[in-house]
Amino acid sequence: MTLGPDSEVIWRWGDAALTATLVDTWLVMGLLTLGAWWLTRRLSEGPSLSRWQHLLEVLVTGIDDQIRQVSHQEPGRYRPFVGTLFLFIAVSNLLEVVPGFTSPMGSLSTTTALAICVFVAVPLYGIAREGPVAYLRHYLTPSWLMLPFNVIGELSRTVALAVRLYGNIMSGTLIVAILLSLTPYVFPVLMQLLGLLTGMIQAYIFAVLAMVYIASAASAQRASRRGRRPTDGGNDHG
Amino acid sequence: MDSLTLIGMVSVVTAGLTISIGCIGPALAEGRAVAQALMAIAQQPDEAATLTRTLFVGLAMIESTAIYCFVVSMILIFANPFWDHVAATGG
Repeated sequence: MTLGPDSEVIWRWGDAALTATLVDTWLVMGLLTLGAWWLTRRLSEGPSLSRWQHLLEVLVTGIDDQIRQVSHQEPGRYRPFVGTLFLFIAVSNLLEVVPGFTSPMGSLSTTTALAICVFVAVPLYGIAREGPVAYLRHYLTPSWLMLPFNVIGELSRTVALAVRLYGNIMSGTLIVAILLSLTPYVFPVLMQLLGLLTGMIQAYIFAVLAMVYIASAASAQRASRRGRRPTDGGNDHG
Repeated sequence: MDSLTLIGMVSVVTAGLTISIGCIGPALAEGRAVAQALMAIAQQPDEAATLTRTLFVGLAMIESTAIYCFVVSMILIFANPFWDHVAATGG
């Protein structure tokens, strides 16, 4: 039994090994990129839209709404990063129902790479919005005594992001594999359905947490907005 | 008892202990979180969307502690580094 697609070697040439993780990641990336390229070739503004354009618009407005609700900011700058994270994880987890495809999220290397992307994006967005000095001052709040804890918190939440996604997806695959040897036919299918649900929820949670971390680096700006938040009326989006 | 048997025995027992103790806390916490969220939704049905979103994110945070225990126990059973080391050196 294996813990994820990392140990499934498809093709080996010397020391370089082509693992199932790599192949499946490129499959998802190719699917997303080609799909987006093909669909955006023929966008229209008329009254009759193609069904694929409807799909894209539902996705983009949905992601925008969620970003707006979580961060209380305009979604424009965050949409590319957070939306890509969500779509990539969601499509990888959805494709798990295709036989022979194992979600790349079941490998700790993929989830670590995604978590490191979030780890790098948080200071980048923070500095881009407030400047380096104002951003670095966040580490000294509420007092300079908290500096080590702030740094440790930043590191540990990155580890938590990676292990949470990996553990959830890997456990789903593993439980199906164990059940296949105990009670074949019906019960593994139910667990796989549960795995689909878990995969979607985990994709959503990963994106929302990334957004929360990025937005919390702007707590100074948010504090000034907090006074008029009730008048903004948050519940008309939902 | 040679060291390989000992390592295997300790690993299996520890994996069982890890997952059993590690599940109790998150299970209680998730039950409490869901109960509170249901009560809040019952009192303020208008805020159901916000409450549900916060509940899901909170549940994921709580559940990750159980997932850590699960990952540790899986490593102990299927990818135990001490077992691999002893098996490789033939000790």
